Amino acid sequence: MTTPEATPRRRSARLSGRPEMFTSYAEHMRMLNTAPKRRAVVALVVVALLVPFVFDDNTLHILALGFAAAIGAIGLNLVTGYCGQVSLGHAFFLALGAYTAAAISGDPEGRTIGFGVTNILIWLPAAGIVAGLAGVLISPLATRLRGLYLAIVTLGLVFLGEHIFSEWRSLTGGEQVGREAAVPELFGFSFDSDGEILTGDQKLYLLILVVLIILAVLARNLTRSRVGRAFTAIRDRDMAASAMGINLTKYKTIAFAVSSFYAGCAGALLFTVIGFFDPSSFNLLLSVQYIAMILIGGIGTISGSIMGALFITMLNPVTRELADYIPFLTTDPTAVLNHFILEGVLYGALIIGFLLFEPRGLFGIWLRIRNYWKAWPFTY
Amino acid sequence: MTELLSSLVQGIGMGSVYALVALGFVIIYKSTRVINFSQPALMMAGAVIVSYLVGPLGFYLAVILAVAAVATLALSLERTVVRPMIGRPVFIIAIITIGIDIALRNVLSGFIGADVRQVGSPWGLQRVEFLAELGISVQQRHVAMVVTTLVVITVLFAFFKYSRLGLAMRGTAFDQETALTQGVSVGGVFALSWAIAGGLAAVAGVFAASGAGIDQQLWVVALKALPAIIIGGLESLEGAVIGGITVGVVEALVSTYQADYAPWLGNNFSIVAPYVVMLLVLLVRPYGLFGTKEVQRV
Repeated sequence: MTTPEATPRRRSARLSGRPEMFTSYAEHMRMLNTAPKRRAVVALVVVALLVPFVFDDNTLHILALGFAAAIGAIGLNLVTGYCGQVSLGHAFFLALGAYTAAAISGDPEGRTIGFGVTNILIWLPAAGIVAGLAGVLISPLATRLRGLYLAIVTLGLVFLGEHIFSEWRSLTGGEQVGREAAVPELFGFSFDSDGEILTGDQKLYLLILVVLIILAVLARNLTRSRVGRAFTAIRDRDMAASAMGINLTKYKTIAFAVSSFYAGCAGALLFTVIGFFDPSSFNLLLSVQYIAMILIGGIGTISGSIMGALFITMLNPVTRELADYIPFLTTDPTAVLNHFILEGVLYGALIIGFLLFEPRGLFGIWLRIRNYWKAWPFTY
Repeated sequence: MTELLSSLVQGIGMGSVYALVALGFVIIYKSTRVINFSQPALMMAGAVIVSYLVGPLGFYLAVILAVAAVATLALSLERTVVRPMIGRPVFIIAIITIGIDIALRNVLSGFIGADVRQVGSPWGLQRVEFLAELGISVQQRHVAMVVTTLVVITVLFAFFKYSRLGLAMRGTAFDQETALTQGVSVGGVFALSWAIAGGLAAVAGVFAASGAGIDQQLWVVALKALPAIIIGGLESLEGAVIGGITVGVVEALVSTYQADYAPWLGNNFSIVAPYVVMLLVLLVRPYGLFGTKEVQRV
C-alpha cells in the first residue's frame, strides 16, 4: 500500500551536529548505526587481527577455541535467545558437524571412515549443512512442543546422539578411543602446521576469526531481517505472532535449521583446534555450557554470544592458573578442594549470579558502562 | 519366564526410585511451573549424607536425618535463589536450577572423593527367593524400593487429599491468584513443595546408591526421571509414578532382551531406551499420557 506521498525510500542524510538523531527507520536499523559503534568495531577487528603477533601460542589456542565456541553460541542464541525455543540439544548438532567434517577430511586409509577431502571450503559448509538438515528433521517434533517439554526432548536428543556415536565405531572410533578431527587445508595451504611466517596456532586463530566474523555478520543481518523480526515475535508471544500472520511452523523450522547450521560449523572448527575427539565429548554438560555462554553473554544478542563464549572458554584455564596462587587449592585430583571442583562450582555460581543480578549478561554490563560514560559527568 | 519375571521385578524396583524423583519434579512443577533441574544434586546429597552418618547412627536414623537435611537444603535454595526470580520466564528459572545442580554436585563430588562410598543399607546385594517353585530370585533392595515407594506415595497422596496444607498446594497448583485471595500462603507452598521434592530425592538417592554405592556418576539416575515425567505428563502425580515405573520396566526389559533380539542397537541401549519411548509417546500425545492440554488465550 504505497501512496504517492509516502516518504521517499532513499536513506536520509544525517543532520549536521545531531549524530544521534535518526531520520529514517532504515538508518536506525543499520548494523552499526552510530559512529562510535563503527569506530569501536573497526578497532576491535584490528586488535583481534594483531593478537596473534603479541600473545604466545597457548593463549592463541584458547582464543581460537573461544571463537569456535562463539559460532556455536551465536547459533544457540538464534534459536533460544531470538526465537525463544529452549534447546538443550546443541551438543548433538555440534557432534554432527564435527563428525561430518572429520569424515570428509579424514584419511581414506585410516582406521575410521574418511574421504580425504581436506579442503576447508568443502568440509566446513558440509558440516553445517548436515547439522542443519538434522535440525530440519527434528523440527516437526519441536514445533509441536512448547517451553520446558521442548527442553527435555532436546535433552533426550543428546543422550540418543551420545549412544549412536559411541556405537558407530567405524565413524567415531568408539568411546575412549576417538578419532582425529578435520584437517584444515585450503588448496594445499595447511592451517594447522607451522609455516615459515606463522605458526600453526597463529594460522588457526586467524582462520577461525575470519569464519567467526563472516558468520556473526550473517547472523546479525538475519536478526535485522523479516525472518529475525518473526523470530522475536514468536519468542515474545507465539499466539500473537501467529495471529499477525507469522507461520509458526515455518519460522521455528528456519530457526532450528540455522541454529544447527551454526552448531555444525562450530563443532567442525572446535575439534579441528583440539585435533582429536571421542563421543563422550558431546554430553549434556556441553549443551549446558552453550546455554551458559548465551546466558552469561546476553540473551538475544550476537555480540553477547561472542563475549559469553570467550568467557566460558577462558574459565577453565583461568581457574587452573588461580590454583597456583590460592594456597588451599591444589591441582591434585584426589584432594577435596581441587581446581576441577572450583571450576564446577564457579560455573554454577556464575550462571546463578548472572541470572539473579544481571539478567542481560555481559552485554547488559557493557550497556550500563556505556550509558554511564555517555552521560558523564551527569547521572542521567 | 523366570528371566522375564525377575527382570520385571528389577524394573519395577528401579522404576519406583525413578518415580520418587519424578514425583519431586512434578510437585515443584505443579506449584511453581518450573522444572527443577537440581533434583540430581539433591538426590546425591541425600546419599552422601547417609554415607557419612551411617557409621555412628545406623542406617535408618541416618536416612531420616538425611531426608530432613536435604529437605532443609532444598527449602533454603528455594528461598535464596529461586524466590527472587518469581515472575521471570520459567526457562530462566529452570536454567538457574541447572546452575544450582552444577555447583552443588561439584561440592558433593569433593565429599565423595575418588573412592566409591557405601550407604551401608541392610539389604546390600543380597537376594531373596520368590515363589520357590518358579525359582525367581530378586535382590532384596528392589523389594525394599517398591515397598518404600508404595508407602511414600500413599502418605503423599493422603496428604494432598486430606490435609489443609495439601489442599493449599492443590489450590495453588490450580490458580495461584485465587489461592492467594483465599488466604493460602503461596510462598509457603513454593517452599514446602521444594522441601517435599528434596526429601523424596534423598530417599531415592539412598536407594539408588544401595546397590553399587555412591560414585561420581550417581546423579545420572535422576535424569531417568525426566523421560518419566514427560511420558506421564508434567502436571500429573499419577503420571509421574506410572512414567517412572514404565521407564524402569522398559530399561530392565531392554537390558535383558535387546542383546538377543536386536543386537544392531548396540551395547547399553537400555540407557537410552526410555528416551526413545518418550519421543514415541510425545509423537502421539504432545502433553504426555496424563498431562493436561494447555489452553491458550490471547
